[in-house]
Amino acid sequence: MSSLQKSLFLSSTIALLVVAETGGLLAQDSIPPIEQGVRLGITYTPGMRPGMLVLGGPRVEMFDSIRTIIQRDLEFSDRFEMIFLPGGDSLVLGVRTSPIDEGADSGSGPSLEEPFVNYSLYAALGADYAVSVLDDVDSSFTVNLYAVRGEEVRSTVRLHDMDPDSAGFRMAIHRVSDAIVRSATGEQGYAASRIVYVSRGRVYSVDSDGAGRLAISPPGETAFSPVWGPFGRRVAYTTLAEDGWGSIYVYDFSTGERTMVPTTDEYLNYSSAFSPDGRILAFTRSWAEGSDLFAYNLAQDCCLQRLTVGRLSDNVSPEFSPEGRRIAFESTRSGASQIYVMASDGTEQELFAPFDYGVTGASHSPAWSPDGLSLAFHRNVAGRHQLFLMDIGNRNVRQLSSAGRNEDPTWAPDSRHIAFKSSRSGIEQLWVVDTETGRVRQLARVGAARMPNWSAPVMQTNQP
Amino acid sequence: MRLTLPLSVGVLVILIASACGGGPPPPPPGPDPDSLAAEQARRDSIAAAQARADSIRRAQEAALAAERQRRADSLAAVRAETNAVREMLSRMVHFDFNRSNIRDGEDTEVLEQKLAVLLANPNLRLEIVGHCDERGTDEYNMALGNRRAVSSRAFLTDRGIAESRISVRSRGEEQPLDSGHNEEAWARNRRAEFRIVGGGDALVRPGN
Repeated sequence: MSSLQKSLFLSSTIALLVVAETGGLLAQDSIPPIEQGVRLGITYTPGMRPGMLVLGGPRVEMFDSIRTIIQRDLEFSDRFEMIFLPGGDSLVLGVRTSPIDEGADSGSGPSLEEPFVNYSLYAALGADYAVSVLDDVDSSFTVNLYAVRGEEVRSTVRLHDMDPDSAGFRMAIHRVSDAIVRSATGEQGYAASRIVYVSRGRVYSVDSDGAGRLAISPPGETAFSPVWGPFGRRVAYTTLAEDGWGSIYVYDFSTGERTMVPTTDEYLNYSSAFSPDGRILAFTRSWAEGSDLFAYNLAQDCCLQRLTVGRLSDNVSPEFSPEGRRIAFESTRSGASQIYVMASDGTEQELFAPFDYGVTGASHSPAWSPDGLSLAFHRNVAGRHQLFLMDIGNRNVRQLSSAGRNEDPTWAPDSRHIAFKSSRSGIEQLWVVDTETGRVRQLARVGAARMPNWSAPVMQTNQP
Repeated sequence: MRLTLPLSVGVLVILIASACGGGPPPPPPGPDPDSLAAEQARRDSIAAAQARADSIRRAQEAALAAERQRRADSLAAVRAETNAVREMLSRMVHFDFNRSNIRDGEDTEVLEQKLAVLLANPNLRLEIVGHCDERGTDEYNMALGNRRAVSSRAFLTDRGIAESRISVRSRGEEQPLDSGHNEEAWARNRRAEFRIVGGGDALVRPGN
């Protein structure tokens, strides 16, 4: 059969399947709903973003979850026009359709060694890229990214010894998604990252797609202010003690153990921030002298340093710049809370986000984008908190949100998405916004949730 | 007593003899008028002494009961007074939204009462816990709660109470009194609470 004949044959097969499967479930049924309507790729005219088609394949148990996770990650990256076909998963586009059978006649169909890739069909569907997941022997998988117009395999990633019950299963797939994003766009993805948050006094972690929830703090405590250390290996959070003070604990994913940060066994210590190298932990201490920023040297296990002397003004929510030389924080030194910045040793303190005295509402919770270009924070606008972005280069400020109450922004590793707490659904939950398109999705259906903090890309060696 | 001792010995001898003897018991000794009178005198004397002792004991018991009652009354009074003072201390100070200043009127009066209690009870030590409503930023609210505790403490220390007697805590918005989501609930939740941490076993009402 010639390529054209194959193509025609397959196209007519698709047409038949479309007719047969229109009453079935669509692939996007498994994807959480997204505000701003639903797009159906087959009727969608590709715009600025490249079209992406995740190819179907055999209904093998693990294959299905791997393919679903990758497709959702690519959708959530907001960098592609995802092309969903009526019939969804039931459509098998040009990949091997039968399980490995050495006795089978492979003369006319696509072979295991050389999967048939129907570039002209994908192009007709509006795809610039296509992704296939092929199951190899021994629980291994090959994920190919095809450049449709160039009719070539752009990149190949192998997944070895995949075990759906192992703790690292989902993160390994998220890393494949990020590799696809990087290969297709040259940009940093955020699939292989996690978000910690607080729900009913307990700290939890979920993957960037909202799945894979883990409890970080033990039950029966009042924990808050969780923050990530570098590489997604550690989480610091505060637990309110019986005597009314608050101690900071550092949870280590590699051991599953937590240790208390020395010097935090008295007073109320909270709103921590790791330096980018993980050596220093900055935090707020509230005591009879007010609320001030301190820094403890975790690497040398010593040297508590006081960074601010507020004299009863509040200095809270420190956040290191990505290169570690500066700390943004909020302070009430001029009245209402505003965003300030200082060198990481506490010197050179100055106003960071400009405001009109007596006019601009209180500003809180600064978050430095990983690329160092933007600062996100929230500000009181007519009694409601809304998200704002500041261009660090020229200190221009723009408002990002307007619906409901939106606060506590935290950046994804791609410096493009922001997770935040919002009341837009009626209760406080976590949402993710794409700062370029404004597209918003709910992070996970986790009930009441607050204080989100997004990790850096989770390191390969860290498999909790 | 001189008479009784030989008699007792005699009885003892007879008892021992009868216990050991093989023959019939000897007839009891005949009545002796002299010794009967002596015995009666002896018994009267014992009864009189017993009556005296009982009288003294009753008087002592009555005195003890009275003393116990007096002490119990006194303890109850102390307890009642202590509870009344604790009631005073449990009165909270409330705050305006996003504010930590002490308002004139009832809140000032509440703190002046605490000042009087602290002055009347030099060993009393307090912990002030600041709280916020749910609306502010979570971490900022921890600092705001702390500021409310600090300003309540400053009201007292500015008026002569030693700083060492009052510590501050904050619970931010983590422990609302009222779980509602309206102005009334928020107003109740913006508060400073006062907890006794020492010297609160027996409290004296100010002005006594």
